[in-house]
Amino acid sequence: MHLTDDELILHHYGERAPTDTAGAAAHLETCRTCGAAYAQLQRTLAAVDDSRPPEPPAGFERAVWARLQPELEHRQRTWLAWWVFSPARLALVATLALLVAGAFLAGRMSTRPGAAPDPVATSKVRERVLLADLGDHLDRSQAMLIELVSGGAGASGMSAERERAEQLVSDNRLYRQTAAATGNAALVTVLDELERVLVDIAASPDVASANDLEQVRREIDTNGLLFKVRVLSSDVRERQRAAMRLRTGQSS
Amino acid sequence: MPHTDAATVALARDGDSEAFRALVERHSRAVYRLAYRMTGNAQDAEDVVQDTLLKAYKQLGRFESRANFSTWLHRIAVNCAIDMIRSRAHRESAHDTADLDMRHADQGISPGSASPERLMLSAEVQERVTAGMSALSRMERAAFVLRHFEGHSIEEISSALGLKTNAAKHSIFRAVKKMRLALEPLAGSTERLAGTKG
Repeated sequence: MHLTDDELILHHYGERAPTDTAGAAAHLETCRTCGAAYAQLQRTLAAVDDSRPPEPPAGFERAVWARLQPELEHRQRTWLAWWVFSPARLALVATLALLVAGAFLAGRMSTRPGAAPDPVATSKVRERVLLADLGDHLDRSQAMLIELVSGGAGASGMSAERERAEQLVSDNRLYRQTAAATGNAALVTVLDELERVLVDIAASPDVASANDLEQVRREIDTNGLLFKVRVLSSDVRERQRAAMRLRTGQSS
Repeated sequence: MPHTDAATVALARDGDSEAFRALVERHSRAVYRLAYRMTGNAQDAEDVVQDTLLKAYKQLGRFESRANFSTWLHRIAVNCAIDMIRSRAHRESAHDTADLDMRHADQGISPGSASPERLMLSAEVQERVTAGMSALSRMERAAFVLRHFEGHSIEEISSALGLKTNAAKHSIFRAVKKMRLALEPLAGSTERLAGTKG
C-alpha cells in the first residue's frame, strides 16, 4: 500500500504518530514509487526554503520611523505637554474653548433647564472646530506639494522639506483622526492619501537624487493628489465662510 | 548607540527614543520580510511592521533582558500578522489552481524552458515560488508559512488561526500542492540544482 501525498507531507513535517512515522520511514526505504515521490516533495520544499521574499524599498527604515515617531511621542507626552508644545494644537484648543464657552452662554440664554443637548448642534460644533485649522493645514501641504512638483524644492537638499513634512504628518494625523471621529469618510480618504506622501517626504534622504525627487513627484501625481488637496482646501474655505455667514446672520 | 540589542533595549526602556529608533533601523527589514511572507503583499506587510514595532514599544517593560530581542520581536510580528490575517479572512476570495495555470501561461514559461546556467535557474525557481505563494489563499499562506518557515505544529497553527485541526491540515496540504504545481515545470532542473548543492 503506497503512501498518499498528504501522508508524505505529514511525514515530512513530522506530524504523524511515532508508530506511523516508523512505518512510513521503513516503507520509503523499500518502495521506489513512494521514495521518488517523497524525494520530489523534498526538492519542492527545499526550493521554497531557498526563496527570499522581496526586500522593502531603500529608505524603508526611515519611512517606518517617520510613521512611528508621532505615535510614540503621543504615548510619551502627558496630554498637557502634548497640546502646549504645538502652536497649531494650541490654536485648536483655543478655538474649542471659545466654542464651548459660546455654546455654554448660548445654552444659558436659550435652553430650558433640564433639556438634553442637541446632537446635531454638537456635531456642528465639532465640524467647525475641524474646519478652523484644516484650511491652513491644507494650504501649507498644498504649497509644499506644488514646490516639489514644480522642481522648486529639493535641489539643494531635502532637510528643510523633511522638517516641514514631519510637522505636517503630525498635524495631518490629528485632523484625520478628528475627521474620522466626525464620520467624514471623504475627508479621511484624502487626508490618508496626503499622509502617505508626507511620510515619504519626511523619510527622504538629506541629499535626494534626481530619481528620488522624480519618485516623490510621481507619487504626488498618482491619483491626482494635488488636485484633490486643492479641491478639498477650497471646499473647506467655502464651508468656513458659510459657517461664518450663518453665525453672523444668527447674531444680527 | 550601543552595539548590542540588550543595551539598546535598556536605553529605550528608559525613554531614550533614539535607542528605539536604532532598534527600528536594525530590525524593521527582517520584520518586513516575515510580514510579507505571511501576508503576501507590501501594503499589509508595512502595516504589520508598524503594528509590531508599536506593540513592541508598549511592551518593552515586559521584555526580559536575557532573551533575544530579535526572537521576541519576531514572535510579536507573527502574532500581528495572524491578527491581520484573521481580521481580513472573511474578505478573502481564495485563488484556485486555475489561477496558477493562467499565471504560468501569462509568464510564457514552458516546462522545457529551464536555463542551463545555475544562476538563471535559481532566478526562475524564485519566480516560480513567488507565483506559487501568490496563488495561495490568505489562510493557506499563513498556515503554510507558520508550518514550513516558523516550525509551528498543526495544532498550534489551528489554534492561532482559529481553524479546526483538519482545516489547518488541509490548508497546508493545498498550499504544498500549489507549490508543487508551480515548480512542476522545473522538476528536472530543481533535481539538478539540488544535486549541485551538495
